[in-house]
Amino acid sequence: MNSHEVPASFLRNLRPGDWLTLLLGGLCIILISNKVWNGGIADTAVIRSGGKVFSSVPLSRDQQIEVNGPLGTSIITIEKGKARISSDPSPRQYCVRQGWLEQSGEIAICLPNEVSVELTGGQKKYDSLNY
Amino acid sequence: MTASTIKLSTTTEDHHIAKMAAVALGLTVLENAIPSPLPGVKPGLANIITLIVLARFGWRAAAWVSLLRVVAGSLLFGNFLAPGFFLSLSGALCSLAVLALAFQLPQRLFGPVTHSVLASFAHITGQMTVVYLWLIPHSGIAYLIPIFAIAALVFGTVNGLVAARFMDNGDKQVLESKP
Repeated sequence: MNSHEVPASFLRNLRPGDWLTLLLGGLCIILISNKVWNGGIADTAVIRSGGKVFSSVPLSRDQQIEVNGPLGTSIITIEKGKARISSDPSPRQYCVRQGWLEQSGEIAICLPNEVSVELTGGQKKYDSLNY
Repeated sequence: MTASTIKLSTTTEDHHIAKMAAVALGLTVLENAIPSPLPGVKPGLANIITLIVLARFGWRAAAWVSLLRVVAGSLLFGNFLAPGFFLSLSGALCSLAVLALAFQLPQRLFGPVTHSVLASFAHITGQMTVVYLWLIPHSGIAYLIPIFAIAALVFGTVNGLVAARFMDNGDKQVLESKP
């Protein structure tokens, strides 16, 4: 048996319904992967200050929000369905350097200034993230 | 006290089931030598035997072979009643349940490949359920589902094709000549 005959002789054993099963199986995997791995599109940014919800804003409208914390003012920018902390008085600037948040469940926390932004909506991609 | 011997009366079918289970066991041992990238992703070669027995001798015999293989295999590897055993068992039971249904599909259209793919999906479903309910009750294991599902589809197809191939040529003679 040469290498060309082997696949053909194997495929001969596939009956019409088997193809259907394989097709449906493949589709199921694609659907499951999409559902499980692509957390879903975020539609809301929840801004917290001092542990309490400061405001909950939709990502559909571009805007800048100023939040006052113990160290000063953090500025949160919302643009094109994404959100980031664009300015913060924290010394190490972790939350600013984290950049744009796009997916549901992503969160940027400015611990010194006690300000955080979390994206919600759809399915959460992460239960929690830490850095 | 008189010496007595207990003689179990066995039928030809019993012998056949035992032989098939032994072959399946051999494949299980063989398979354990193959390194796996992720715990739980295994080709499940022994299921080729289950598929052949299912097509040849019906569901009851297939269930016997499959469950004997699980129990004897666990004794062989020393994990009888350990978590791994219950994972195998739950997978086997789910597979058998699905095979009972899949076997009712028109045979002209749905062959061993369908049986194999459906059974392997059932297998991971059963295992993941046990893992979630008992071993790792955390939703994080959901992220592994696509990996297991892809493995199930690929290995299910391959096993089904091999089983179909076995029954395709030489018919019964191939099966009988196996060790």
